[in-house]
Amino acid sequence: MARMKFLCDSDRCIECNACVTACKNEHEVPWGINRRRVVTLNDGLPGERSVSMACMHCTDAPCAAVCPVNCFYTTADGVVLHSKDLCIGCGYCFYACPFGAPQYPKVGNFGSRGKMDKCTYCAGGPEDDRTAAEYSKYGRNRLAEGKLPLCAEMCSTKALLAGDGDIIAEIYKERVAKRGYGSGAWGWKVAYKDSVAL
Amino acid sequence: MVLQFIRAMRILVLAAFVAFSALIVAPAAQAQQGAVRPTEQSLKEADLLKALKSGESVAGRVTIPDRKSGNLIQPEGQEWRVFKTDTLPRVGAIAILGMLVLLGVFYAVRGRIMIDSGRSGQVIERFGAFDRFVHWLTAVSFILLAISGLNITFGRSLVLPVLGAEAFTALSVFGKLVHNYVGFAFMVGVVLTLLIWVKDNIPSGIDVQWLARFGGLWHKGDHPPAKRFNAGQKGIFWSVVIGGALMSISGLHLLFPNSVDGGIAEVQWQSMIHGVVAMVMVAIILAHIYIGSVGMEGAKEAMTSGEVDLNWAKEHHSLWVEDVLKERGNAVVHPTGKVAAAE
Repeated sequence: MARMKFLCDSDRCIECNACVTACKNEHEVPWGINRRRVVTLNDGLPGERSVSMACMHCTDAPCAAVCPVNCFYTTADGVVLHSKDLCIGCGYCFYACPFGAPQYPKVGNFGSRGKMDKCTYCAGGPEDDRTAAEYSKYGRNRLAEGKLPLCAEMCSTKALLAGDGDIIAEIYKERVAKRGYGSGAWGWKVAYKDSVAL
Repeated sequence: MVLQFIRAMRILVLAAFVAFSALIVAPAAQAQQGAVRPTEQSLKEADLLKALKSGESVAGRVTIPDRKSGNLIQPEGQEWRVFKTDTLPRVGAIAILGMLVLLGVFYAVRGRIMIDSGRSGQVIERFGAFDRFVHWLTAVSFILLAISGLNITFGRSLVLPVLGAEAFTALSVFGKLVHNYVGFAFMVGVVLTLLIWVKDNIPSGIDVQWLARFGGLWHKGDHPPAKRFNAGQKGIFWSVVIGGALMSISGLHLLFPNSVDGGIAEVQWQSMIHGVVAMVMVAIILAHIYIGSVGMEGAKEAMTSGEVDLNWAKEHHSLWVEDVLKERGNAVVHPTGKVAAAE
């Protein structure tokens, strides 16, 4: 099986936020939750770059390690998913996540966060593939339909790459070699203890 | 003639165009040789991560309302993860199991500490109704908080395999609610504990003597003098007050994460303080429960009926008994089973 990863080529990202919008629309993500967002670094300065970031589906994921009820699991594709039936909304995954990926439907106090929601790599959840129950909790399961995550599929500049980690790393390396510069595979070092050698 | 004029004009216009183009292109070409090459001046992730200080994140601007999502990468999450999965369970296991072993060894060696001179058949009031209410308010809420808190640290490895995923989630959701709301009862208990007992818990010279003889706990018949509270009890009092304050402050930060200014780094710190102090307090309170129940004859009545045997009081709180008798006379002492005469 392929080891699925995301790679955002920030030298191509134009901060159009279409990945954010596509994600919200595809999964009917509720108000206030952003499974993906675009962060602009050095805004307005020379060398400004934008990075589209969501759950990186870490190797040995910290969210899964700290979850008090063990509601996370990693699929054969290396995608980190969780069960909303088991989640108790304690917020620990958010404390541990290096990428701010876990989101909660409520911003209330007393730990009333509700069930955690995050990027599923368009791979649904523990329910049977492509069922109404799966859709309502986790959104569309595109991987089960043989498709890749929509955010990357419809990226207009092909800045955001999704797919087998080795293949997208190779594509990125070729780009960097050809144009002569690259800001790096954002998050790879922290998520996979591994980066794309440039 | 006309044709010649047009040809001449064409050449003129062309020459002007070429000259004009050169005027525009030349500075642009010069600029390209200069330092500013906006598309190629790439920000490097590796440099940003290297430049990060402790508690900082690689952060930028976002256009969505959730400003906190501008934090792109916070590598400290991995360190908090090590704390949660490794450090805290280790601290907890050493503190709690270590204390249980110490208490077991102490019980095996010393046994139950009896009232050396036997029960007198007479009791003296030690704690009034309000004192006992404050004690049990703090005690019951602490035990509920300790159990529901320990479940968050140890439940996944100890309880989850026994109950199964669904039942364990149901239990943990209930535990979380208990923890979040009973916390306030505990905070009230800690504040009242401080207010009603602080005057009797100021450290004094007698405490040094008491500690030097380890409260006389090692030897039968050894009873260093003590006032209302001996040095050991003062230790418990200050543990509850200081530990309880730390637990309350860090707990409030975790209950109201949206009011925390320091962002994720502060929440991580508060949860670390909360966890470590909690484990230490559980260990200390285990010792308190031991000596107040199985460990010592005559001790638990102080917090049940509030009246202790006169001989117990004379052995463990000799100076306090003298003070009480001096102030209030023999009226405070009455035979077991009878209600004290109204004053």
